[in-house]
Amino acid sequence: MKRLATMKKSTRNNLFTYALVIAAFVVVQALRVGPGIGSMLEGQLIPICAYVTMALALNLVVGISGELSLGHAGFMSIGAFAGSAFAMALQDSVGLSPLRLALAMVFGALIAAVLGFLIGIPVLRLNGDYLAIVTLAFGEIIKSIATNVYLGMDGNGLHFSFLNDTMDLSDGGVELIRGPMGVMNSQRISTFIAGFVLVLAALTIIFNLVNSRTGRAIMAARDNRIAAESVGISVTKYKMIAFVTSAALAGAAGTLYGCSQTTFVATRFDFNTSILILVFVVLGGLGNMWGSVIAATALTILPEALRQFSELRMLVYAIVLILVMLATNNPTLRGFFTRLFRREREGADAGVRAVKGGGGHE
Amino acid sequence: MSNKRPETKLVPVPSVNKIPERDVDKSPILEAQHLGIDFGGLTAVNEFNMAIGRTEIAGLIGPNGAGKTTVFNLLTKVYQPTRGTILLDGMDTHNMNTVQVNRAGIARTFQNIRLFDNLSVEDNVKIGMHNAIHSGVLSSVLRLPSYWREEKIAHERALELLSIFDMQDLAGAKAGSLPYGAQRRLEIVRALGTNPSLLLLDEPAAGMNPSETAELMENIVKIRDTFQIAILLIEHDMSLVMGICEGICVLNFGQIIAKGTPTEIQNNPEVIKAYLGGGKEA
Ligand SMILES: Nc1ncnc2c1ncn2[C@@H]1O[C@H](COP(=O)(O)OP(=O)(O)O)[C@@H](O)[C@H]1O
Ligand SMILES: [Mg+2]
Repeated sequence: MKRLATMKKSTRNNLFTYALVIAAFVVVQALRVGPGIGSMLEGQLIPICAYVTMALALNLVVGISGELSLGHAGFMSIGAFAGSAFAMALQDSVGLSPLRLALAMVFGALIAAVLGFLIGIPVLRLNGDYLAIVTLAFGEIIKSIATNVYLGMDGNGLHFSFLNDTMDLSDGGVELIRGPMGVMNSQRISTFIAGFVLVLAALTIIFNLVNSRTGRAIMAARDNRIAAESVGISVTKYKMIAFVTSAALAGAAGTLYGCSQTTFVATRFDFNTSILILVFVVLGGLGNMWGSVIAATALTILPEALRQFSELRMLVYAIVLILVMLATNNPTLRGFFTRLFRREREGADAGVRAVKGGGGHE
Repeated sequence: MSNKRPETKLVPVPSVNKIPERDVDKSPILEAQHLGIDFGGLTAVNEFNMAIGRTEIAGLIGPNGAGKTTVFNLLTKVYQPTRGTILLDGMDTHNMNTVQVNRAGIARTFQNIRLFDNLSVEDNVKIGMHNAIHSGVLSSVLRLPSYWREEKIAHERALELLSIFDMQDLAGAKAGSLPYGAQRRLEIVRALGTNPSLLLLDEPAAGMNPSETAELMENIVKIRDTFQIAILLIEHDMSLVMGICEGICVLNFGQIIAKGTPTEIQNNPEVIKAYLGGGKEA
C-alpha cells in the first residue's frame, strides 16, 4: 500500500482497472461454480468480453491517438469470419480446443491488422477526419464482401468462391463460410476464461504501450501535430501503430465472438455495431480504460436484462446511459475511485514522488 | 570582436553576421541563401541570407509581422520555401521535412506555446528525447529489460535537462498547469531533449517579468556554453537581444534591412527608422 501512495496517477488508474476486471471475473466465476448466474447472463459472458475488448481497442484509437474510426465492427467481422474459419480448418490437426482458439485469435488479429495497415497507409498521412470516412466505408465493404464469400474444405484442401457457391466439395468436406448464411460453427470453443484472458491481454497491451516511448509519441501526435514533428516524431507512423494495434485487438475480439456463436452472419457487424462500440468509448470517457470496461459491460447486458420491462425499456436504457456517463466522466467519482487506491497518500505532490517510484508496476 | 567581418571563404553568401572568433575557422552550422516564400500574392520573406556560427548566439529582430516566425517555419520546413537554399551543416535540406530537419539538428520553440498540455512535464521532455531513446513497440508491450533500461536513462536525462532551469521538482506536474514563464522554459528543455546543434527560440522572454528575463538570459548563455550549440532567437526585449546576441539580423516587411553587432544595429539609421515609423514594438 505504501508503494501505491507514491505512484503516478496513471499507474494507479491502471492498477484499478486490472483490479476491477479481475474482481469481476472472480465474482462471476465463483457464482457460476456455486449458485449459477442465470442463463441470460451466462449467455452474455463471452459477448461482454468481446465488446469490452472492442471498446478498449477503439479507445486506443479515439482516446489515445485522437482519430475517429466509424468502422471498427468491420475489424471485428474480419476476426469473426477469418478466426472461425481458421478454427474449423484446424479442427483435426489441433485437438486441444483452447490452443485452437488461441491460434484462431492470433490469425483473426493478424488479418485485421493487415487490413488496418492497408487502410492506414493512404489515410493516416492526411490531417483531418478522413479516417472516420474511410473506416465507415470499410465497414460497409467488409459487410458486403463477407456476405458473398463461400469457403469450404475437403480432402483436396481449401475451396473458395465469391458471389455464387461453386465450391463443389467432395464427400466429408465442410463448409466454413456460406455466403449470406454466414458461418455455421461445428464447434463453440470460446469460453468465459478465454474472454477474460483476452480482456486482460488487451489491457496489458494498451497500458504498456501508452506508458512507453511509443505511447508518448502517439499522444504527442494527438495533442499537437506540429510540436510532435518539431521534435522529430513521425506523426503518421505513430497514428499507424495505434490504429493497427487497435485493429488487431478488434480482430481477436471478433474471433472470440465468432467462436462463441453457433451461427452468425456478416450483417451482425454493421454500422450500428460500430456506433454502439463508439458509444461505449464515449460514455466510458475518452482515454479512460476502466470507463470503457464498465460502459461496454453495462450496455451489453442491459438490452437483455430489460426485456422484462417491455414498454419502459427505452426509458430505462436512456437513464442507464446517463448514469454510466455521469459515473465514468464525473471528476468527483473518478477521484473517489482513485482515492480508494491511495489511502496512505500524505499531502505532497504525487507527481514529483511518482517519478522516484520509477516505473510503478513491475 | 573586430568590427570588420572575419575573412572566411566558408561563408560565401553575403552574410554580414559576425561569426564569433571561436567559430571563425569552422563552417557555419546554418546558411540560408536567397531564402524566400510567397503566400498567394504576398511575399512574406524575400532574399533572406544568413549564416550562423557553430556556437554563436544570433538574434532575429524586427517589427511585428516582419516575417521572423515565418523564417523559423522555413528553416524547420513547416513551410516549404518558394525560393532559396538552406544548408544545415553544409547539407542541403531541400528534400527534408520537419521531422528530418529535427533529426538533422534543428530544434525550436514556438511563439504561441505548443506544449503537450495534458501530459506531465517529464513526459514532455521525454517526448523531446524521442529519437535519443530506442525502445520499440515489442520491448515496451512485453516490458523487456531493454524497456526498463531505456526508461531509466530517459527519466534521469529528463530530470537532468529540467535542472537547467531548476524545474526538476515540477517533473510530475501537468505541463498545461504551469505558469506562462515555466511553460516557455519547458519548451526550451523539450527542444534540448532532441540533441540539437541549432536551437531556434521564438520570443522566449515573451510574457516574462524583468527578473525572469534576466535569469533566462543567463540560462541561454549557459545552454550555449554547456551544449556547445548555436542559438538563433527572435525577441522583442532589446535588453536581452543586445545583452547576449553576438550577431543580429533585422527584418522589416520580409527583407533584411541590417545585419551586424549589437552596437552596429543600435546605431543603424535604417533600423531606427523601421522601429520608429510603422513598427509597434521595440
Ligand atoms: N500561413 C500563412 N499564410 C498567409 N500569410 C502568412 C502565413 N504565415 C505568415 N503569414 C504572413 O507573413 C507575414 C509575417 O508573419 P510572421 O512571420 O508571423 O511575423 P513576425 O515577424 O511577427 O513573426 C505576416 O504578414 C503574416 O500575415
Ligand atoms: Mg512571430
